[in-house]
Amino acid sequence: MAGSSPAMTHNARMGVRNMGDTAPPAIELIGVDKRFGLVHANNSVNLIVERGLIHGVVGENGAGKSTLMSILYGFYEADRGEIRVNGQPVRIRSSREAISHGIGMVHQHFMLVPPLSVLENVMLGAEGGPLLSAGAGAIRKRLGELGREYGLVVDPDAIVGELSVGLQQRVEILKALVRGAEILVLDEPTAVLTPAEADQLFEMLRVLKRENKTIIFITHKLREIMNLTDRVSVMRRGEMVATFDTAKTSPPELADAMVGRKVILKVEKGPAHPGAIALEARDLVVRDDRGVARIDGVSFALREGEILGVAGVAGNGQSELLEALAGIRPLSSGEILIGGAPVPAQERNPHHERLRGVGHVPEDRHRVGLVMPFEACESAMLGFHREAVYGKGLCYSRSAIVSDAEKKMDAFDVRPRAPLLKTANFSGGNQQKIVLAREIERNPKILLVGQPTRGVDIGAIEFIHKRIVAQRDAGKAVLLVSVELDEIFALSDRIIVLCGGRITGERRPEETDAQDLGLLMAGVSERAA
Amino acid sequence: MEWFNAFIVIFASGIRLATPLILACLAGLWSERSGVVDIGLEGKILVGAFASAVGATFTGSVWMGLAAGLASTVVFSLIHGYASIDQRANQIVSGTAINMVADGLTALIGNAIWSQGGRTPQLPASAQFGAIEFPFVREISGVPIIGPIYEHLISGYDLVTYTAFLMAPLTYWALYSTRFGLRLRAVGENPAAVDTAGVSVRAIRYSAVIICGLLVGLAGIYLVLSQLSYFQPHMSAGRGFIALAALVFAKWRPWPALATCLLFGFLDALAIRLQGVELPIIGPVPVQAIEALPYILTVILLAGFIGKAIPPRASGIPYVKER
Amino acid sequence: MSAPLKPLPAWADVALIPLVNVAAAFVISGFVVLAIGENPLEAVQSLVLGALGDLEGIGYTLFYATSFIFTGLSVAICFHAGLFNIGTEGQAYIGGLGAALVALHFGFLPGYSLAVAAIIGAAVFGAAFAAIPGYLQAYRDSHIVITTIMFNYIASAIMGYVLVNVLRKPGQMNAETEPFRDTALVPQFHEILAHFGVAWPVTPFNLSFLLALLCCLAVWLLIWRTRLGYEIRTVGANPTAAVYGGISPARVTVITTLLSGGLAGGVAANIILGDQHRLILEFVGGFGFVGIAVALMGRAHPVGIILAAILFGVLYQGGQALSIDMPKISRDMIVVIQGLVVLFAGALEHMFRRPVAALLARRTAQPPI
Repeated sequence: MAGSSPAMTHNARMGVRNMGDTAPPAIELIGVDKRFGLVHANNSVNLIVERGLIHGVVGENGAGKSTLMSILYGFYEADRGEIRVNGQPVRIRSSREAISHGIGMVHQHFMLVPPLSVLENVMLGAEGGPLLSAGAGAIRKRLGELGREYGLVVDPDAIVGELSVGLQQRVEILKALVRGAEILVLDEPTAVLTPAEADQLFEMLRVLKRENKTIIFITHKLREIMNLTDRVSVMRRGEMVATFDTAKTSPPELADAMVGRKVILKVEKGPAHPGAIALEARDLVVRDDRGVARIDGVSFALREGEILGVAGVAGNGQSELLEALAGIRPLSSGEILIGGAPVPAQERNPHHERLRGVGHVPEDRHRVGLVMPFEACESAMLGFHREAVYGKGLCYSRSAIVSDAEKKMDAFDVRPRAPLLKTANFSGGNQQKIVLAREIERNPKILLVGQPTRGVDIGAIEFIHKRIVAQRDAGKAVLLVSVELDEIFALSDRIIVLCGGRITGERRPEETDAQDLGLLMAGVSERAA
Repeated sequence: MEWFNAFIVIFASGIRLATPLILACLAGLWSERSGVVDIGLEGKILVGAFASAVGATFTGSVWMGLAAGLASTVVFSLIHGYASIDQRANQIVSGTAINMVADGLTALIGNAIWSQGGRTPQLPASAQFGAIEFPFVREISGVPIIGPIYEHLISGYDLVTYTAFLMAPLTYWALYSTRFGLRLRAVGENPAAVDTAGVSVRAIRYSAVIICGLLVGLAGIYLVLSQLSYFQPHMSAGRGFIALAALVFAKWRPWPALATCLLFGFLDALAIRLQGVELPIIGPVPVQAIEALPYILTVILLAGFIGKAIPPRASGIPYVKER
Repeated sequence: MSAPLKPLPAWADVALIPLVNVAAAFVISGFVVLAIGENPLEAVQSLVLGALGDLEGIGYTLFYATSFIFTGLSVAICFHAGLFNIGTEGQAYIGGLGAALVALHFGFLPGYSLAVAAIIGAAVFGAAFAAIPGYLQAYRDSHIVITTIMFNYIASAIMGYVLVNVLRKPGQMNAETEPFRDTALVPQFHEILAHFGVAWPVTPFNLSFLLALLCCLAVWLLIWRTRLGYEIRTVGANPTAAVYGGISPARVTVITTLLSGGLAGGVAANIILGDQHRLILEFVGGFGFVGIAVALMGRAHPVGIILAAILFGVLYQGGQALSIDMPKISRDMIVVIQGLVVLFAGALEHMFRRPVAALLARRTAQPPI
């Protein structure tokens, strides 16, 4: 069997089976092509997944992995190409047809109905008859069986919306298994799990593999690929560029294939020179609409000239922390001190925060940071629209607005340099640059940054990281919230870890590693799965 | 005894006034639980009323009137459905358009045919839904308390009223005990979950919209074939909107919807009874206050002494497959 | 990202598609006319002649258009904030009360300042009436669509009570006030022209038209050139981003509904102060709802609103003439057309994109000869 050589890749493309198996591959995608308008999401993609293996599909954001799987699951139909299941050519025009061929999918954003029970969610689409009572008994039984076989135990009458994320994912998997899935596709399943929950998931997948189920595992985390998969295929910019035996490859080789050039995983930065305390949080408690404490007694200090990284699995309070510091979310109790002086309750809003020199790059630029239908120059004003630079007196000066936007775009290399273009028409990276330019150019003393490189291509990532470090070197205090541990390690001078709304630990990046942080991220408040 | 009789009269009147509200409210419930917001209930009441008047007048048959009313309302429902589901329109704009077109069209055609300013001719009793007497009414009527209650509160309504009251438990059963109901509830909360489970979101929403049309059409039909016996332009008088308010107050659940509409009906009946009556400090209640009462009540309801009413999560949001 | 709309050249987006939408509304209206048994082409002829055939018709057309500009602006300004204000009808009605109260009780004001004060009174009352649903939406999450509809009915009840019991001219059967004094009135154009020796037919077309145009300019400046307008548009486009940007959606909602109600009061200026010269029942006559069609057709932009308002003015004046020529086509026909415009220009606005794009593509793909 060839190793990770071009020959192997070529053979894989040509459909030559090299494991000596006589059983046909579980899935074959041949020449699958799909365009969305001008975007060529899948460009003549070939993929062969052998039965009974865990096959990883890896690539950056926007590489086309999700589109490919959506085609496999019948969500979209390919423009060209062929799909074969167990050697038979099939047409998959809907999820129903995919299910009938034994393909089950666990989506990145769960396809669950929160107000309904686990049983109702599992039954949906497979009720077994026009009256629910008829099918419910059978499904209850099946759930019990699956629980015993695979350790996937869930209370069928629990309301899905009240379950932990790990349990919700379990329901997703059960949905697929109840429908008799032999081929299971998981799309970025660990994005919302703690490392411990992820390990449990991997164990379960290995059990499924022993039962000769086929698993396709989509991720952008190379560690997981190495840990879990037997084979891995790499996608880049809509194309399938390589397939390896996992045992015969390595993260650098995979990263290379993902990006197409040597990836700089580290940002060059000098040592930090932290100065006075710029921002202090004391015993913050932040509750959500239901009164649940999302931040439960958090205290920390942020100094000038340092980057404080906040690590944690998504959903552990990072968003609420950022929002509270930026004044978008009210505090239930606790104090925020800026420059040593506490911020009074009536001034805990974005407007006054900006006046105090706090810049905020939100986690979600689509929903929060920008106004997509606006021209870029108008998005570039958001939050600062009351300033005199845009025109004194009653009316704005259009030319002032446009020229200010041009200045920002020049400084941050936003392409195209078109202030009048609709914000929605810029790429993710350029949109993020607009947000950064807006928040940074006002020379804030404190910069709050959330997921700065989510959905951003690698060239822009480097640029953005450099700018964040530059802010720190200019003596600003930077709070960085990110679910990407690589980013946290690359940029932070100090790291705190949030779990269940509490700080479970503080480290220096030199003193720790992913495993150590992972334990902190799981923390004391880990709920028994 | 005086009080008791007055109570019986108001109660029975309240039930009759509540009937179109119940039907319109349940209609809105079916539509909104599937994720399609329907502001156009008002217009569809008019369509149902007018079409049933036309049908009954020309054929002399109450059943033809019923059929005409239901068919026409379903057509209008499908227009709203097409706009909302396939064209992904702003559902409130679409509903407003339906109201305007219905309001104008019913008056226009009515006037064009009969030249009475849009009024239709009065229907004979044979072309209407008459009162249904339950068995043994005569025999029991002598019994104190129970007799009058049986005679006036339980027996003696028309077919549509009884149907309306049956619709609440039927809706409850269908929504929570059938496959269709489960799928519909799911579509209203997370259509993507239903799509990926292999079920057609479109088919469910169109079905919901048709059910809505049938129920709200019945509300309009009631106004003509059971109550007034002729059609008059604008006769819905805001009932479609009051039903929407009741739906919000009931948090989109069938039994509370029934109860809320009954409450509105009773209050309306009570207010009518109080017309001209001298109240201690205010003096005679002005007729305009009585007229405005249901609308004021609706606003008070919506001003939210009921806490936050959370609609079905996908309500009003057209379903588009995300890339 | 959701399924993108078919890309069209800018001119098609701004002009062609709206035109096609409106045309669809009229074509279907034509079928309705046919169904009633009349000839649509004759109807159109009668309508256009009645509206534009002579100076008198034009005067009436512009008089109606003035009201529609006010109601269209009122609805449009709320659209920009993401609000659907269906209550313009009631707000204009209550605005009339404001105008009447000032005209009847502030007679001590010198000269035409009384008229100005009356207009301000109309705006204030309209604004206050709109602010209640606005406040309820902003601070109590009460759906503004339902509340404004309810307030329309409440306005009817209030005005009915007031006109019958409180403000009615003593000894009179009709529910209306006594006529206002001259200084409270908005002069009509034919009067002004008569001063200059130009003879125009008597129509209610009055100076409120200029006020309406001024409001168009003011609204344009407000929405696209001021900070408040930026805040309004941001709240309408993305309330979450607005909060992030230090904008209070609740505050913006209340301010917008205040402005909206004030604009609705302009209808009272046009009809009560400019034509009727006394307060009467139901003088708004459905014009508030026309405003919705005008705002949608005009795409919430003052220029579009002026054009749409004139079109509907033609429909109303022409419709009057038409209902005399062809009694079967009553005034309700206009409501049907209005509803169809809302349907095609508002709800089904993208329905024709694909066929139009296909048509354009085919034409541009033709090889040059």
